[in-house]
Amino acid sequence: MAAGDMRPVAAVDGRGSLLAVVALCVRYLPVLIMLAVWELVGRSGLVSQQMLPGIGAIAAAFLDLLQSGELVVNAWRSLSRAATGLGLAVLVGMTVGLLMATRPLVRTLINPLVRILYPMPKSALIPLVMIWFGLGDVSKIFLIFLGCLLPVIVSAYNGARGVNPFIVWSATSLGASKEQVLREIILPAALPDILAGCRTALAFSFILMVSSEFVIAKDGLGFLIGSLGDGGNYPAMFAVILTVAGTGFVADRLFGSFVSHRLRWKEQA
Amino acid sequence: MSPLSLIRHRDRLLQALVLVGLVSVWELSSRAGWVHPFLLPPPSDVLARLFADMQSGVVFVDLGLTLYRAVTGFVIAAVLAVPLGIMMARRRGVQWFFDPLISIGFPMPKIAFVPIFILWFDIYDTSKVIMITFSCFFPIVTATYSGTSHIDKWPLWSARSLGASESQLLREIILPLASPAILTGLQIALPVGMITTIVTEMLMGGSGVGGAMIAAGRFADSVGVFAGIIEIAMLGMVVIRALDWLRARLLVWHPENRAH
Repeated sequence: MAAGDMRPVAAVDGRGSLLAVVALCVRYLPVLIMLAVWELVGRSGLVSQQMLPGIGAIAAAFLDLLQSGELVVNAWRSLSRAATGLGLAVLVGMTVGLLMATRPLVRTLINPLVRILYPMPKSALIPLVMIWFGLGDVSKIFLIFLGCLLPVIVSAYNGARGVNPFIVWSATSLGASKEQVLREIILPAALPDILAGCRTALAFSFILMVSSEFVIAKDGLGFLIGSLGDGGNYPAMFAVILTVAGTGFVADRLFGSFVSHRLRWKEQA
Repeated sequence: MSPLSLIRHRDRLLQALVLVGLVSVWELSSRAGWVHPFLLPPPSDVLARLFADMQSGVVFVDLGLTLYRAVTGFVIAAVLAVPLGIMMARRRGVQWFFDPLISIGFPMPKIAFVPIFILWFDIYDTSKVIMITFSCFFPIVTATYSGTSHIDKWPLWSARSLGASESQLLREIILPLASPAILTGLQIALPVGMITTIVTEMLMGGSGVGGAMIAAGRFADSVGVFAGIIEIAMLGMVVIRALDWLRARLLVWHPENRAH
């Protein structure tokens, strides 16, 4: 996250924006260098075209997949599953985490489960959801939900526990109800932690989406990658893999800018 | 016993009771036939299977292989990523070249690259370990870079004005001050590495807990699947605890360990 903080300063006048463009080019020049090395290694014949398809071939395969609709259909299937699982996890996880921080009984009941499930690699549950829910959407959504749930619960719990008790006491002494304290004090104060947890959960949702589709291969981007690879269509396989990687990157960046917009009241450290 | 530790004891006891209660309800419900034993096999059956597998030694082979792959990949990633992160914070040129690559690579779902590594290195240990290294690398390098570049400048300047050489600076000032952040990076990377290990084993088959579990799943052997989940949960707990312990040992001097 911190690695991306070197953005060029936004400028107002024309000369400034030209400078900004130049700075942006200089910043991303290494990416272009890597792409050039990729292309050169492929062209030079050091590595066979099978192993490392050229960038042109990958782009052509990407356009083909886009036109045939295969990419769009499978991407829609994957992303809708990831979004459903993640959305449910955020709703349930925030509620459970906040309740754990405010109700001792809930904490006693839930904490042992969280402590057992938290360190467990969630991908181990893929065969289990396969047995429980079959090969359809539900198994993958449930897996993504479970994987994203724990980071959200833990971050909401830690964030709500860290709220300065003096603020809660002042609000209560001024006549705020329990519900008002939760909504007006605890939730905003815990928000930075909750959003950080959601960002972790977002990364997990992509990992679990792709892995479950690799293993329970029926449809979706993971399935598409696997079937293209099995068919020996490597340029298309590379194209879909890069699409998944790019989508994960863009989703994280969008969420990051949402977070900094949402937390603009918070002074920068 | 102080009142605080009494409360803590009572809390622990209650939480243990909750777990015991849950397991008994689970046992009872599948024994009584409220849920189908195929979907939720009774814990006693799962334990019996684990015990039988322990006696035959299968569990130790699987756990050993999984642990070996996870640790190898993780250690290689740490050996590559920590020096790179420090170099990025200390040398402008290194930072210029790697910062954009790493800030693009960090949020990508690395697991999608598994088929490429299978294509390049086949389905044996090499591709599994490389995949694990690849997914652990980014969190470690990001944390190291950020931790090293946020070091307080005063100790650096004082050491330099007292005539410390660049390598002394690195060993005596930079590494100790950046080590909490580096260890945090390792603590983030380890669970990621475990997830990746299991998925690569599931996809490529062979021995290892992941491979055994997916085989059990394909043969509709739900007791085997649950046994695998328990094995992996234990393994996950052990490696994460081991890293916590290492952090506490390495950072004995740090205020974070003085609080209690």
